[in-house]
Amino acid sequence: MSPIVRKIEQAGAVAADGVVDGEDADAAGQKLLGVPLELDNLHVAFGARKVLQGLTLDIPARQFVAVVGRSGVGKSTLMRLIVGLDRPNDGRVLIDGNEVTSLQKSVRLLFQDARLLPWQTVLSNVGIARMPGWKETALTALRDVGLEDRQNDWPAVLSGGQRQRVALARVLVGHPAVLLLDEPFGALDALTRSEMHALLERLWLRHRFTTLLITHDVAEAVALADRVVVIRDGRVTYDVDVDLPRPRRRIDPLTVALQSKILDQV
Amino acid sequence: MASRSVLRGAGGIVPWLVPIAVLAIWELAARGGFVEARLLPAPSQVAMAFWDTLRSGALLHHVAISSNRAFLGLLLGGGLGFLLGVINGTSRHAELLLDSALQMFRNVPHLAVIPMVILWFGIDEMAKVFLVAIGTLFPIYLNTFHGIRTVDRGLIEMARVNGLGPFAIFWRVVLPGALPSVLVGLRYALGIMWLTLIVAETIAASSGIGYMTMNAREFLHTDVVVLGIIIYALLGKAADVATKLIEHRVLAWHPAYHAAGNAA
Repeated sequence: MSPIVRKIEQAGAVAADGVVDGEDADAAGQKLLGVPLELDNLHVAFGARKVLQGLTLDIPARQFVAVVGRSGVGKSTLMRLIVGLDRPNDGRVLIDGNEVTSLQKSVRLLFQDARLLPWQTVLSNVGIARMPGWKETALTALRDVGLEDRQNDWPAVLSGGQRQRVALARVLVGHPAVLLLDEPFGALDALTRSEMHALLERLWLRHRFTTLLITHDVAEAVALADRVVVIRDGRVTYDVDVDLPRPRRRIDPLTVALQSKILDQV
Repeated sequence: MASRSVLRGAGGIVPWLVPIAVLAIWELAARGGFVEARLLPAPSQVAMAFWDTLRSGALLHHVAISSNRAFLGLLLGGGLGFLLGVINGTSRHAELLLDSALQMFRNVPHLAVIPMVILWFGIDEMAKVFLVAIGTLFPIYLNTFHGIRTVDRGLIEMARVNGLGPFAIFWRVVLPGALPSVLVGLRYALGIMWLTLIVAETIAASSGIGYMTMNAREFLHTDVVVLGIIIYALLGKAADVATKLIEHRVLAWHPAYHAAGNAA
């Protein structure tokens, strides 16, 4: 085994070759990343406008939750609270039992726009935190998203989907216990989007970070998540488990039935 | 394909056609006596003046002195402008304290203070350097300030989420993001740098190209006067080319420079 691969495994990730599903990874004794995430009675107001009004949500470790809601319902605000960029007016965010009071190292955020530094190469963008040995780690992460041959390119020459994959690699390098996805595929075309879905599902099955996907696309939510939560009027109004085998097909009658049930609630 | 490569080959010559034609007509007009040599010497005479001053060492002497003044002034003024731009760009408190004073100062045409500068520094080196410094300070200050303020907030937020500290954010996000704007300021400052120096050297100096030109005018050596003007043009052009090279190097990531980078 090469020293690079050993280092990565020690850091809690899986060797780059091959797809491993969740159960196998558990059996092989791999350290899975996810931790429980608890949102406790969150209130946020911007002036007179109340965005979150007593939002409560318990997410067990390693669960993939999709948050669906109309625009302006405070989904992005929720993300900012969890990562520690903003503080709630009232209520608490608990990650693995610890209250969030500052920026969280264990939480990583994938933005809708990839937010790559245009003046750094793809590799340097992935290893932006510049931890010791970042080049190897970043290269492994790029391999995971299938872009290792673009490591020396400038972000400007990449397509939208490729940029989002680089951003995903950057997230992987941080070994997040909680992964937040803020409508990350909203700006992509349908074909690229379904490629990204498959990639995200594969990475989540391998690393099992506790994942919160914000989306207004109910089909996307049902295709990817273990559980779909609807936010309305600043609180959770609907909460349903998606108990369908993976990988899911959008045209499956069960999937479609669930989609329309959720759509009624949004 | 063939016509394209021919065009590319011709592309090297085409921009020179007009200047060459102008020179040829000018030479013929001067030789034919249509233009009085005392008012406008023939290009060949200017070339002779170039050769003579070059051989006597006077040309290099004056060029060296002028360049020295120009770049020392740019270093002081531009450096200070950059520093103020960084400070005011990153701190709202500093902006509140300094910006309006700087804006007032900026609106004084810097050449208007020449009488004061002569009183303070005489016609010493300091006078010229000081004027160039004031002239170059503001374009660099304004563009650095603007560049830092317009760095994408989303990138800074992304860097924070990824665990970068304030120092790392400044070096890896804010400064590179402001750099295109800073370089625009630099190019603008270079133009002002030469302009200021020409005026300062013409009014009060005992060396430099401006002095050489004014001195030649006293003795009606029009060829040397024209030579001086050409030297100024060449120095300005050289400074501009140098900044363009710097831009290509440090802004290689910018889409605007990709095509050129590939062709090279």
